Amino acid sequence: MKPNLSVSIGRLKLKNPVLVSSGTFGYGREFAEFLDLRELGAIVTKTITLRPRQGNPPPRTCETPAGMLNSIGLENPGIEVFIEKNLPSLLKMGAPVIVSISAESDPTEFAALAKKLDRIAGVKALELNISCPNLKRTKLIAQDAAESFQAVKLVRRNTDKPIITKLSPNVTDISAIALSAQKAGSDAVSLVNTFLGMGIDVEKRMPRVSTVTAGLSGPAIRPIAVRMVWEVYQKINIPIIGMGGIMDLSSALEFIIAGATAVSVGTANFINPATTIEIIRGLKQYLIRNKIKEIRSLIGSLHVQG
Amino acid sequence: MIQLKVKILYNRREKEDYYHLSLLAPKVAREALPGQFVNIWLGREDGAFLRRPFSIHRAKEGQLHILYKVVGRGTELLSQRKAGETLDIIGPLGHGFDYQLSATNYQLPILVGGGIGVAPLTFLAERLACCLRPAARIKPLVLIGAKNKKQILCAQEFRALGCQVKTATDDGSSGFKGRVTDLFSYLLSTFLNYKLSTIYACGPRPMLKELASVCGKYNIPAQISLEEHMACGINACLGCVVETKNGYSRVCKEGPVFAADDIIWR
Repeated sequence: MKPNLSVSIGRLKLKNPVLVSSGTFGYGREFAEFLDLRELGAIVTKTITLRPRQGNPPPRTCETPAGMLNSIGLENPGIEVFIEKNLPSLLKMGAPVIVSISAESDPTEFAALAKKLDRIAGVKALELNISCPNLKRTKLIAQDAAESFQAVKLVRRNTDKPIITKLSPNVTDISAIALSAQKAGSDAVSLVNTFLGMGIDVEKRMPRVSTVTAGLSGPAIRPIAVRMVWEVYQKINIPIIGMGGIMDLSSALEFIIAGATAVSVGTANFINPATTIEIIRGLKQYLIRNKIKEIRSLIGSLHVQG
Repeated sequence: MIQLKVKILYNRREKEDYYHLSLLAPKVAREALPGQFVNIWLGREDGAFLRRPFSIHRAKEGQLHILYKVVGRGTELLSQRKAGETLDIIGPLGHGFDYQLSATNYQLPILVGGGIGVAPLTFLAERLACCLRPAARIKPLVLIGAKNKKQILCAQEFRALGCQVKTATDDGSSGFKGRVTDLFSYLLSTFLNYKLSTIYACGPRPMLKELASVCGKYNIPAQISLEEHMACGINACLGCVVETKNGYSRVCKEGPVFAADDIIWR
């Protein structure tokens, strides 16, 4: 039996459900030495903004129990340079490319970004990063249902490509935001982005990351991320891309069984660059072992008693 | 750079909190250049989640040597690993010392190491020993700084590689009493002919900052090896940046070795 790992995110067909998360995989090139990128379900790029951004001052990262804090500040060369310099080589690497985009201050920047990328055939989908916790603003778009709706709508008007809206876990009710993304025409949601956290050097009495607060990722957040995927799965009917501390096969399966159509590996890429490949192989074996023909039948297959 | 599992040949305590790890890694040892580093996975979510970067201390005969100081949970876990066990490493990584000029011209290389910062300089001295013109009788000058005599590292190794060695200790228990940068300034202001010299340095940030300022004053080119907290080591996370005159540069990619006058010190 050859198990079927393929899944669909809107009109986007993926040969397997394992993606790499934005901001953890550069623009692909760095990882070509460690794995065959053609085996990946898709690559989600580092987030691109309209203008170049130099990012936040160091220190930008620190380790925490079973995780890490980061505050990179969306360092990127800007959409023009990205399209000219980074994208062509990325498209040649053989994995479907999903471009992550973000507005810096004005949400209408999303429209301009979508318009520019809509023309490029190789770009298979857009991920709307409305949930980066490391920009200088008091409130994220993803913390407001109406603003999230507006942002998705703006992009929807400017592209026919599948739209994936990336949600923030730093909210009271993540399902409400997922619903407004769905209502605005998003083809899928991805969750979760990092949790806003903080670490302190007690000897210096200084924050361990320069921006004081930063995004927490890694296995430390996994149980909360799985719970959020489970909650959102009950409320929406578009696919979910689940992420948050996926390190291996079993953690990837948790998200799928909770309701994720696909999973995305982030922080684990920093530690073991071949994590995704190990998960893809593991998924095949898991399906064979459990006599399951298609991974699709695993999605949301959680057995709840009573 | 490659990711591979390598065997520990030995992992022994040298003195104080300093350990010497030897790995059987012919491919990495062959490719490695002085100033580059390897990223070691300790495989523990509780306390050593990310890989730990270590500069390469020596690379010869198929072996990769790491000299390290136990300073936290990661290095403590590393110190407990035994000969015969395997370690998952990625390397060699980063941009090392550009020593070709020192190797081909009749100029005096000056190596300055503070504390465990001597670790990558031994590898550099090893390569310089191979390529300095014997006829010119140039012996690299190595300045080693530490808190006290017990913490002076690698003096014998440098001598065995044909270097002249001078030491500086905070308490005066070995060599010059004071900081290694004070010893350096003293030598420059007295008899040292530093014309055409290049400085290669590794050590704590304040030492390197001071060194950069002295080198700036005397107009001596200096290459310094910097540290910054690293998440991936392979230019993916963009975490380990330092501020340079051309914006942020990554310690894992453009560094860890930088020209001292490119760095904006704060």
